[in-house]
Amino acid sequence: MHIDQLEKKWATISLGIAGLFVAIILISALFHGIHAPSNVETIDSARLHLSEEFAEDNLGPQRNPDGSITVRMVAGRYGFYPKTMTLPAETNLTFRWVSLDVIHGVHIPMTNMSTMIVPGYVAQIKTVLHHTGDYPLLCNEYCGMGHAHMWSNVKVVTKSDWDDMNKPAGVSHE
Amino acid sequence: MNNAVEKKLALTHLWVAFGAFALAAVMGLYQVVERSGFFGFLESREVYYASVSTHGVLMGFVLTTFFIMGFGYYVASSSLKMPVWNKTFAWTGFGVALAGVVMAALPLLGGAASVLYTFYPPMKAHPLFYIGATLLVVGSWFWCVSMIAMHVQWKKANPGQPVPLAMFATTANAILWLWTSAGVALEVLFQLIPWALGWVDTIDDGLARTLFAWTLHPIVYFWLIPSYTAFYCLVPKQAGGFLFSDEMARAAFILLVVFSLPIGFHHLYMDPEQGHGWKLLHGVGTFIVTLPTFITGFTVIASLEIAGRLNGGKGLFGWIAALPWTNPMVLAMILGLLMLILGGFGGLINASYAMNAMVHNTAWVPGHFHLIFGGTTVIMYFGIAYYFWPVLSGKPLYCKSLALTQLWTWFVGMMIMTTPWHILGLLGQPRRIDSVNYNNLLTLSWEPYEATMIFGGAILLYSSGLLIYNLYKTQIGSETFQGEVEYAEPIHAPTDLPEYLNSFKVWNIVIAVFMLIAFGYPILQFFLMETFGSGRWGV
Repeated sequence: MHIDQLEKKWATISLGIAGLFVAIILISALFHGIHAPSNVETIDSARLHLSEEFAEDNLGPQRNPDGSITVRMVAGRYGFYPKTMTLPAETNLTFRWVSLDVIHGVHIPMTNMSTMIVPGYVAQIKTVLHHTGDYPLLCNEYCGMGHAHMWSNVKVVTKSDWDDMNKPAGVSHE
Repeated sequence: MNNAVEKKLALTHLWVAFGAFALAAVMGLYQVVERSGFFGFLESREVYYASVSTHGVLMGFVLTTFFIMGFGYYVASSSLKMPVWNKTFAWTGFGVALAGVVMAALPLLGGAASVLYTFYPPMKAHPLFYIGATLLVVGSWFWCVSMIAMHVQWKKANPGQPVPLAMFATTANAILWLWTSAGVALEVLFQLIPWALGWVDTIDDGLARTLFAWTLHPIVYFWLIPSYTAFYCLVPKQAGGFLFSDEMARAAFILLVVFSLPIGFHHLYMDPEQGHGWKLLHGVGTFIVTLPTFITGFTVIASLEIAGRLNGGKGLFGWIAALPWTNPMVLAMILGLLMLILGGFGGLINASYAMNAMVHNTAWVPGHFHLIFGGTTVIMYFGIAYYFWPVLSGKPLYCKSLALTQLWTWFVGMMIMTTPWHILGLLGQPRRIDSVNYNNLLTLSWEPYEATMIFGGAILLYSSGLLIYNLYKTQIGSETFQGEVEYAEPIHAPTDLPEYLNSFKVWNIVIAVFMLIAFGYPILQFFLMETFGSGRWGV
């Protein structure tokens, strides 16, 4: 068997290139908190309205005791519910997405808020939105004839503006 | 050896492949025009999604499968200098596959299977669509059996001899396809068909997506291997040189087969039904499968350099100018490699766990696979066609300059179409929308790119027409052509080849272990936890 010296050198260099990429990805995944939706949590998509968590009153952003926010959302043909909401910038957000019918996908352009929404599963994703403004939530997985009509709106405001808008009711009478 | 039957067998397969391609190319232009929204009278989402579904099936499943089968039969027969094993069996496979295509075409064209070529349960297509697709795959299994049988026959007759490289690659592809298609076959047979026929009420989407991901990555290598076979075994000879390394080529094909299989979860990075660790494991494997492509790039470019220098090219880059740019197959490979470099760069971004979140399911993704599949893989199918048609039909190529124009326009059209497509993805446009309806200013930034893509699509359709015209005129020509497919010689003929570079026995065991590790628990988990299936939904 004959393998040329040049070929051996190139194979070593290629291995080095692939190794470097793998190292960067592992470091970013394990140490920089890349939160792909990997929670493997099942839910009955046909009974969402009867579930405690995704009943209508619970949808949208809710503040947690530690100051972070959990956003519960239902995707269904053709929209993401609630259709409009306001979120604070520079705040730890945990999105929990479920589908009430078929497969959907959702992303907020120019951010890393992106996940598939598979019926029967809860897709959980953590992120921080850095820039204020009006963003669309767009369906990015073919879900039927109305796929291109499936979107909702999210407004991102500064943290202090959001706090002003969401003072706990019946407390601030001073 | 009288190989008239082999020629007819190969040519028949290739005509089905390019017939499907021609129809799908027309749909491609319609789609890029419709989705731009500039021509209101064309707008129809029903027609659009029927067209997208058919375009995907024709390009991804019909063009590829029939091309690979036809090419494989003739490579096996001409490289081994043997008749095709059991020709009735081969024709039966062809018949089964063609019947499957016709069966699937009925609901597809009628709009009753607008679920795209990736199926997407719980949206349900007409059961004929799933059954037809299954028959296409079953027909291709006949071909796999033929290739393996011929490989074994030849080895028995020539003990200890290295299997000719072109046949080694073709057998590699047959084995790869058997492993690859098992995932989608499990999904279709045990989930989709019983559910579509109403025998079971629900389908577990997480399991369905996991099984589809099993197939979804290695299938692209199934499509690519004929092109790589031409890179290694045909182009060096056409360019007037020699293959730089026979052994490294074998190593590259083995790495492709072994490592393209256990890595499908990079299609599920954004999916909730698989855990972080499994995704990372498959992600690491995805980078290992770049190695055979790095090796291929080096070996085939080194082979071109040998040819360029033998043709009188001097200096660091002079050999490039000395290459026979007017040989269609050499030109196809040069243009194909250029698109592979660009598309490969995009692929590395997709494979990168974190960066993928920025482009997942945006217009970037179809931009990427049109560049690397429609570009690199398919342009090499054209190069092979121009070389094979005279051999198979016995008529000289109708017009070489037309072939060169066709290859250049394909390259230019592909660049004009896919560059703005990638940019649209970075600007947030979701994939697979038939029109733009969002109430957001962002969409204004999309318009110039949508317009540019139409020009790319028009050039590509023109190029497709040139291809079909040239092949047809060749076929009906009156002159005769006598010639055989000639394979490139390596600089150093492979001697005392170790058995692991001349057989797949040990590699099948390695693949089985890898697949068990990569897919064992991720599939088993659906039977261990409580899951909730979905019913049947229309589109």
